[in-house]
Amino acid sequence: MNGPAFLSLISGIVFGAGLVVSGMADPKRVRDFLDITGAFDPTLAFVMGGAVTVMAIAWRVQNRMSSPLATEKFDLPKISPVDRRLILGASIFGIGWGIAGLCPGPALAGLVIVPDKAIIFVTAMVIGMGLYRFIDTRFSENNARKEMR
Amino acid sequence: MPLQGFLGGIMIGVAAAIMLVAIGKIAGVSGLLAQTLALTPSKSFNVIATSFILGIPLGALLAQYFCGPVNSFYPSSFITLIVAGLLVGFGSRLGSGCTSGHGVCGLSRLSLRSLSATCVFMSVAMATVAVMKHSGLSQ
Repeated sequence: MNGPAFLSLISGIVFGAGLVVSGMADPKRVRDFLDITGAFDPTLAFVMGGAVTVMAIAWRVQNRMSSPLATEKFDLPKISPVDRRLILGASIFGIGWGIAGLCPGPALAGLVIVPDKAIIFVTAMVIGMGLYRFIDTRFSENNARKEMR
Repeated sequence: MPLQGFLGGIMIGVAAAIMLVAIGKIAGVSGLLAQTLALTPSKSFNVIATSFILGIPLGALLAQYFCGPVNSFYPSSFITLIVAGLLVGFGSRLGSGCTSGHGVCGLSRLSLRSLSATCVFMSVAMATVAVMKHSGLSQ
């Protein structure tokens, strides 16, 4: 295992541990945050607050760096405008997140907490990702064909 | 619980900061999972994404070992888990990110796309919970 992969593993471990410590590995806590008409549980806001605070500092540091500490160059999403795909995708994601109280990180952590249920969700999630990949590939092939005509 | 939430949040932030400053990547779980499973245009095996993804359950295991087992109440219905999983997987890819990529990394970068995505999925999720509750659709 090389240096960057080792650092990435450490980062994943801290991330997974953070999900458990924060209580966000429990879908009920997440749904209680989303349930604004019921017993509202504000914990998720504190989790986001803590994570965003640290990351805001990290972005400032990144701004002054010409390359990452352990790899050759930054591989970051470009700043691009809001489009229909983003809004539609976030909406579909939001429905799923609301239904079960699970998003990808906590679901992966769930594999070692409630394995029998988490594996069902994770399998469906991977199929959903594959379905997107399939449609996206078809769509871009069709577009390429149209342009060639 | 807010204190543990904040502490856990700081850990998540530190993890994402390692990815950014040391490796130069966004700690977005949906994107890294898709790269791990070769569900992105890049076909080559991505050892960095795979290490991060394997680290998540490993970290959860370690946290439980040191802090004791945690409560975790999952929806009981098989159908609920399937439908929610499909929507979360598809939606996170179409929308280029989930709670970690848009919510943590994007918001702190002051990205307009991430701010929009986060506002949309938060409000849609809140509406979904409210509709399920008041239409008597239990889990």
